[in-house]
This record gives sequence, structure tokens and C-alpha cells, in this order.
Amino acid sequence: MSTAEGVADERLASSSVVRRLLVRPELGALIGAIVVFVFFAVLSPTFRSPAGIANWLDPASTLGIMAVAVALLMIGGEFDLSAGVLTGTTGLAVTIIATRFGLNVWLAVAISLVLALVVGLFNGLLVVRTGLPSFIVTLGSYLVLQGLNLGVTKVLTGNVLVGGLVGRHGFSSAHLVFSSSVVLGGTYFKVSIVWWLVLTALATVVLLRTRFGNWVFAVGGDQVAARNVGVPAARTKVLLFLTTATAAWLVGTITALRNTSAQADAGVGDELTFIVAAVIGGCLLTGGFGSAIGATFGALIFGMTSVGIVYAGWDADWYKLFLGAMLLLAVFANRLVRRYAERRRG
Amino acid sequence: MLHARRRFAGAVLLALALTAVAGCSNRVDSGATAAPTVTPAARGGTHTLRVAVVTHGAPGDPFWAVVKNGAVQAAKDLHVRVSYQGSGVPQTQAQYIDAAVNQHVDGLVVSMANPDALKASIQRAVGQGIPVITINSGEAQSAAFGAITHVGQDESVAGEAAGARLAKSGAHHVLCVIHEAGNIGLTQRCQGAAKGLSGTLDTLQVNINNLAQVQATIRAKLTADHSIDGVLALNPAVAMAAVAAESGTGSKAKIATFDLSGDVTSAIEQGRVLFAVDQQPYLQGYLPVQLIKLYHDNDNTLGGGKPVLTGPGFVTKDNAAKVAQLAKEGTR
Repeated sequence: MSTAEGVADERLASSSVVRRLLVRPELGALIGAIVVFVFFAVLSPTFRSPAGIANWLDPASTLGIMAVAVALLMIGGEFDLSAGVLTGTTGLAVTIIATRFGLNVWLAVAISLVLALVVGLFNGLLVVRTGLPSFIVTLGSYLVLQGLNLGVTKVLTGNVLVGGLVGRHGFSSAHLVFSSSVVLGGTYFKVSIVWWLVLTALATVVLLRTRFGNWVFAVGGDQVAARNVGVPAARTKVLLFLTTATAAWLVGTITALRNTSAQADAGVGDELTFIVAAVIGGCLLTGGFGSAIGATFGALIFGMTSVGIVYAGWDADWYKLFLGAMLLLAVFANRLVRRYAERRRG
Repeated sequence: MLHARRRFAGAVLLALALTAVAGCSNRVDSGATAAPTVTPAARGGTHTLRVAVVTHGAPGDPFWAVVKNGAVQAAKDLHVRVSYQGSGVPQTQAQYIDAAVNQHVDGLVVSMANPDALKASIQRAVGQGIPVITINSGEAQSAAFGAITHVGQDESVAGEAAGARLAKSGAHHVLCVIHEAGNIGLTQRCQGAAKGLSGTLDTLQVNINNLAQVQATIRAKLTADHSIDGVLALNPAVAMAAVAAESGTGSKAKIATFDLSGDVTSAIEQGRVLFAVDQQPYLQGYLPVQLIKLYHDNDNTLGGGKPVLTGPGFVTKDNAAKVAQLAKEGTR
């Protein structure tokens, strides 16, 4: 390990590989994911079989898509509590537009995206214009959307469950893109897994290799300082809200096409799961720190746990306890590691 | 130093909590890990049958806790291994079904509140030769998806029986209170009740999420129309709201309800509620496990293409005390 001796400026000191690894936000989540995998793989041979892996990658994928977007937003210093319900809104929009108004499924999917972007824009503009905490603003839109989902669905369909997507114009091609399965060595993997991996890679590149990524870290770390050095803070934040809305649209569409139906109460409560996955992945609640890959590991932990519990033969009653313990442990480990790394540096 | 020690203690506590969870899982699983090594083809053989019950009931829902207790008791009585999972999120329920299929269970019990979302997973189970029994909801799609039978309550039949019972007690003009707009099952109950009543039946739309409003609406209706001599609630909480609404109005309307709660059983004991229609969730857990066992051992099926009805059972003044006791034990 090289020391700072002889180097004029401590900022130029090279740090060891170990220390650089230790301060990575996703390290805790990676270790957590490995521990959870080994734990369930030992308990159940099915869990580590290809069919088993496809099984737990599925819940991880839809959660992961959201967790990555929510992680970006959290790094930018904001929350989106409406993201969970918005997955329900977009799914309902696709289903209702295609079945009740008889439009092509692709057109319904496009209109649904516009709706999602309107919600994202509303959240973003309200947050940057009023200066109100995003926690409050998006809590408001969360309730509004929840009410709209139920109210509009009942008025238009007289029911809380809208079905009948199968056989509509454009259904098969839309289903192929959003909800089909890919066969790999005789095992069916849901195509949402591909979406998830692509988006994780994209988010990571944007965050670490682009100017926009720098802006996200800057506005999350210190908005005033960021603005003073010329970062377009408001625009960055609005774009981040649009990102979570787009992710919610993608997940809502995937879910609706897969279920070939949508439920008026879909997605309620999921927003906290997204935040938990992002936090396990190393995101700070205060913003300015975190990673997209970490959020993906967080989602992986969730997916493995929710399905692993079935394979292990225990009661789903324990699922939340396990996740809560995982969350605390991950946050705890992250903090310990970071303190250790910072102390060594000093 | 002290700070660090406290932190360490916290970590130890967490680790202990995790070990505790892991520990109880190990105990539950000690048999389960051995199971896959046994050939599943041993029909009528000695290996322990494994049945997966996957419902749409959220963890903590009292109704589904009784269903689960039924399944667990059947497992004990019949020496079968039962796993129970429940999620109100359709795709999660589908993932649980996929997991059970991947484990090659010997039987699958599924409630289908959203049949469309479960179709692919259930058909995959059927395709792999796993006998499927649907319970509670999804009766209409059960056979089409390849299930061997459906165990539940037919809402129209139950409504008709409730209407007939109200008529027998002297009711001619009944108010049927619908607490969820668009819930098809509730509408079927009222339609059935109208059929069994041979009198007039009005429906009243209320919102279950605002019980104060429910009470006010029922009170307004009872005050405005003294010819109403019966109220049929479709939910225990609505029944209690109706009881409260009636007091002081001078109305002599008899109140009856669907489904049970502690309040309702004691109100029945005190004569404030006439009866409760009970769909006996315990049976919806117990019977399918029994039926899968019979199917496996003896190739039996039940129902002959029609559903096996678990309701309507009735809780009246005669049996309310006993049912209240059984409810405490989690079987009613």
C-alpha cells in the first residue's frame, strides 16, 4: 500500500484496491446477496436449479427496474412515494384503454407512457418550484393516484379487476416485447429479466460516465453548491422524476400484459420496497451517495428471499421479518465499512 | 470505545435474530430436504405427500388464517406435508405457484381471485401432472384451467338460503347492503337473497372504508321507510354498523349477515343479529388436502364436475356460543 509520504497533495494519493472496494456503495448489498443465495441454495436444491433461478429472477427483475430508477432519484436527493401506485395506474391504463376503448394495445401502451410522464412531470415541477419536500409532494400524488385508480376503474368498468387483454389488436407483439419468456437450455426466463439487466447497465453508465451522472451526485450532495457551480439542479431533478415515472410505466405494462388483466389496488405499498432495495444497495436517505448496481443487488435479495421462502418450506409470514433484518444488517454493515475506510484514510 | 461496544452488541443481536429465523426454518425443513429424493411416482406408496396451498389472502387476514388452520390440521390428520403461502399480488401468487411446480409437489391448492393472472402457472402445473384443486374464488374458470374440482361457497346459493331464512323469520321487505361497488360476488348474494325471499329486496350501496357513513346511510334508510323489516349485511363490520344504526330508530328490522367476527357471534348470542351465513373457511383449507390425498391414493374425485360447497353454514342463537369458542381456537 502506498502512503501519502512524498506526495505534495493528499488528494493525489493513490488508495489501495481494498479500500477503494470498501467505499463502494454496493459492496454491502453484494455480500448480502451472496449470503442469501448460499443460505437458500444449501437449504433447497430446487432453489439453485435453472428453473429455480428463473423463478427468483422474475420478482427481482420487476422490482429491480424500479429500484434502479428510485436509486438514481435518491442519489439526486429526492423520494418518489407515488412510484408504486403508478405501476398500477399505468397497468390499468393499458388494460382499460385496450379493452374498453378498443384501441390497439401498442397505442394503449403509448398513451399509458404519456400519462406516466405527466405524473412524473407534475411531481418534479412541484418539488423544484415549491421547494416542498418530495416526501410530501409524492405522498400527495400517491393518494391522488390511488383514488383515481379505484374511482376511474369502477366508473369505467363497474369492477375492480379489468381483464380481457388476450386477443386484442397488438396484444401478441406487445406481449412478446414486454412479457414473454426466453428459453435458455430448456428453462424459461421471463423477458423482464433482460429489461432489468439492460436498464441497470444503462443507469450505471449514465451515473458514472456522463455529465448528467455528475449532476445527479451534485444536486443530491449539496443543491446550493451544485447550482453555484452551474449544475442545472431543477432540470436534473425533474428528469429524475421522469425516470422513475418511466420505470413505473415499464413495470406496469409488463405486469398488465403478463397478467392479461389489471387490479385497481395494484402497486400500493410497493414504493417502500423500492426504497428499501435502493437503501440495501447503498443509497443514503440524505442523497448524494449510492449506486444503480447496488439497487439491483438489493432487488436480487428481495427476489431470492420471496421465492426462497417457498423452497425452504417455511411460512411467508416470516418474509417481512427476514427482509427487515436484512435491511438493518445491510445498512449497518455499509456504515461500519464506510467508517472503517474513512478512518484509515485520515 | 463504549460506542463501538454498543455497536458490536447491536450486530450480535441482529445476528442472533437471523439465526433464530434460520433455526426455525431448519426445523421445518428437516423433512422437506429429504423429500425430493423420493420418487414422486410412488402412487399409493409410502412417501409423504406434499401439498402446496397458494392463496390470494394477504398474511394477517383473519379469514385466510382459518383456511390455513384447516389445511394444517388436514396435514396432521392425514400425515401429509402442507406448505401454505398467500399473497394478494397476482404475479407474486403466480411465482409461488411456479415455485411449487418446480419442487414437483404432489398436489396444488389455489384460490383464484384473479384467474387471468394465474392461468399460465396453473396450466403449467396441470401439464406436469400435478393435481390442482381451486378453492374460494375462481369457480367459473376452475374446470377450464384443468383443476380436478373446486371447493367453495356458491354465492347465489348462499344468498338464496339467507333470503329464505329471513322470509321464515317473517321478513318481507329486506335491505341488502353492498359494501364494495363492482364486487360481483356481493351482487350475486343479493340476487340470490331476492330469489329466496319471495318479498321485496332493495339494494343499498355503501363504502366499507367509511363505517360511520355506512351507519348513517342505513339509519337514514330505516328511518325513512318503516316497512323495511330486514337488513342483510354482506360483511361482519357492516352488520355491526347496521345494529348501531337501528338502535333508537324504532325499527324492528331483523339483521342478518354474511361471514363471522367476534362481535357478530356475540351479537347473535344476545339476539341483536338473527344469523350469520358462514362459508366455513376451515373446510376450504381442510377438504382440498383430503381430496388430493384421496386422488393420489385411490384416484377419487368429488363434485362430479360441480363445485364442492362449503357454505352456506349458518350461525344462529342455537350454536353461536359454541362457534364463538371454536373461533377462539381458530377453526371457525
